[in-house]
Amino acid sequence: MLRRTLAKGAAALTTAMALRGRQAAAQQGPAEIQFWHGLAQPLGGMLEQIAADFNASQSRFRVNASYRGGYAETMVAAIAAFRANNAPHVVQMFEVGTATMMAASRATKPVWELLQQTGVRIDFEDVLAGVRGYYSLPDGRMASMPFNSSTSVAFYNKDMFRKAGLDPEVFPTTWPAVAEAARKLKAAGIANPMTTSWPTWLMVEQFSAIHDIPLATKGNGFGGLDAELAINNPVMARHMQNLIDWHKEGLFRYGGRDNAADGLLPAGEVAMTFASSGTRARILREARFDWGTAMLPYYDDVPKAPLNSIIGGASLWAMNKGPSGGRSEAEWQAVAEFFAWLAKPDVAAKWHTDTGYLPLTRSGYERVKATGFYKENVGADIPIEQMLRGGGTLTENSRGIRLGGFVEIRNIIQEEMERAFQGQQDAKTLLENATRRGNVVLRNFERANRG
Amino acid sequence: MRKNVIFRGKLLPLLLLSPQLAITIVFFFWPAGQAIWSSLLREDAFGLSRQFVGLENFAEVLADPTWRGAAGNTAIFAFSVAILAISAALLLAVQADKSIRGSGAYKTLLIWPYAVAPAIAAVLWLFLFHPQIGLIGRALNAAQIAWDYRLNGGQAMLLVIIASAWKQVSYNFIFFLAGLQSIPRSVLEAAAIDGARPMRRFWTVVFPLLSPTTFFLLTVNLVYAFFDTFGVIHALTQGGPAKATETLIYKVYVDGVENLNLGASAAQSVILMAIVIAMTAVQFRFIERKVHY
Repeated sequence: MLRRTLAKGAAALTTAMALRGRQAAAQQGPAEIQFWHGLAQPLGGMLEQIAADFNASQSRFRVNASYRGGYAETMVAAIAAFRANNAPHVVQMFEVGTATMMAASRATKPVWELLQQTGVRIDFEDVLAGVRGYYSLPDGRMASMPFNSSTSVAFYNKDMFRKAGLDPEVFPTTWPAVAEAARKLKAAGIANPMTTSWPTWLMVEQFSAIHDIPLATKGNGFGGLDAELAINNPVMARHMQNLIDWHKEGLFRYGGRDNAADGLLPAGEVAMTFASSGTRARILREARFDWGTAMLPYYDDVPKAPLNSIIGGASLWAMNKGPSGGRSEAEWQAVAEFFAWLAKPDVAAKWHTDTGYLPLTRSGYERVKATGFYKENVGADIPIEQMLRGGGTLTENSRGIRLGGFVEIRNIIQEEMERAFQGQQDAKTLLENATRRGNVVLRNFERANRG
Repeated sequence: MRKNVIFRGKLLPLLLLSPQLAITIVFFFWPAGQAIWSSLLREDAFGLSRQFVGLENFAEVLADPTWRGAAGNTAIFAFSVAILAISAALLLAVQADKSIRGSGAYKTLLIWPYAVAPAIAAVLWLFLFHPQIGLIGRALNAAQIAWDYRLNGGQAMLLVIIASAWKQVSYNFIFFLAGLQSIPRSVLEAAAIDGARPMRRFWTVVFPLLSPTTFFLLTVNLVYAFFDTFGVIHALTQGGPAKATETLIYKVYVDGVENLNLGASAAQSVILMAIVIAMTAVQFRFIERKVHY
């Protein structure tokens, strides 16, 4: 009995395999590519819809988009798959992983090379300088495909501003004015006037860019792997000491690492927060009060401040299959056509207005503006306006950051900030410790990637 | 007298052993060998360039103040978890062993937490102690006790210790209860007739007779605190604030998976393996001698 079933099963299997082989030979189906992304719902669904639309628009290529956990998990999964000779064709990589991907030149195919090889055209000239700079090689050629970029802004509770006798339509533009407003809010009975999400990104990276001070030598790492952290400077120290003092005074409240503090403003726990512009969707959904968006504050006695802010978010990388290479022409063609689809003006405009990510091109921004979208959605244009602050020409300090092991460095800075907020060290020691520990990471990365 | 069964030939015994051996080789010896090999290398995340560096990774790890900090945290954490979980379980087991109404229900309820996954256990504690959304956390802050485990290292450590110990109490409870039930009634009755009061009976009769169980649980709990508490720490504090709750196993994860520093991570896991092998050996060799079986 058992034997007969087994024999039958084996026969069926053989037939099925033969059939499949014949089918493949007969019709040469569409070139399939794997696309791993790190966006949870609802953003992930919107992204998968774009891939589905691309698949429906033609029959030669097929993109399989799949969610692989958050950004960090997607990065680790793609790297592990590459080592197992099974990497996805396209992976979405957050901005702090950019240097890691760029250093692994045999693992990726730069976008400029991909386009040249496949003859597909995408116009990058029109892409915002702040975005283009982040993802291009030192000579200006594109390394990865810009896709979802955000920046960070201030969100505030207008009802609480009214309660404290502040003008709800005007958010303070300078840090001393923010502290003053916080004192008034505190006096009006608001226990926690302000907090921040992404402590390193906001209070160190964005802060450095806006004030035109270097985060690291070698043009924030764009100039080579031998860059060193430069955060131990007087402007940075002044701001950190202020944060520590404000924390002691009860004006500022540390809300946790990365995006842990995102929920505090919509929950009515704080009056002001500094967060990713992508938080807008969540505040829209959860906040039960009148709220506003504003640009990040600065110190007006620092020359050149305020400059443009820098981006966060992610870009798309075309990856080789594994250490021994190996992708067919058709697969590369599919990747290039998919990238071109993402760059189409109406696809890009829909992505921007649906999600709150930045419009990536100036012309895309103008198009959306012409539809009256920003009149109906007040504050939705603050992020892009802030990206263009300071005239839109970037300096070496406001172009972006390209440091290896940057995920680790971000955590190191957060840890040292936590130590300072616990009262264990002052701003000077904080910056000294962070610089020393961060430089160890940079040297290790340089050594591992020298070859 | 033990009777030894002797199989003839070599094929049959090997065949019978092979499934277990295969599992041990595939899931233990092979990965452990890989870890030892990578601990001698320095490579980039993608494995495109690798360099043999000998024991350099070990030297760096041992000289790293953050690793030493994690070792100190682990010692505090593991012993606190073991002592707390064992003493709480012993107390509960002794109470549940008495003839009280509904003892069956108490016993079932006390065993339940063991079925809860570490990450879920951590989230339950988070809902109690989160300074903004936690019941107890809010109450503490309302009572003017500055409770914020996200910024206070001592409070964070306390929270992960309590959450980890809570999960292990059930396991210890089952073993203590079984241990208590296997103590002959006649011994206790004899002590009672001799005039020993309950406390004295416990410390002079019951506790020594439970010592094999206690010893076994100490080993199991320490190994649990070393290796199985990753989920609790990851869900509650991610090793923070400022590395205050980063244990050795958590640091292996952070350096290997998050920071993609494979050589250092492998070296740490080899050291961890050595520590646990040594600890278990010492326990069985020296402490077991003093245990009353």
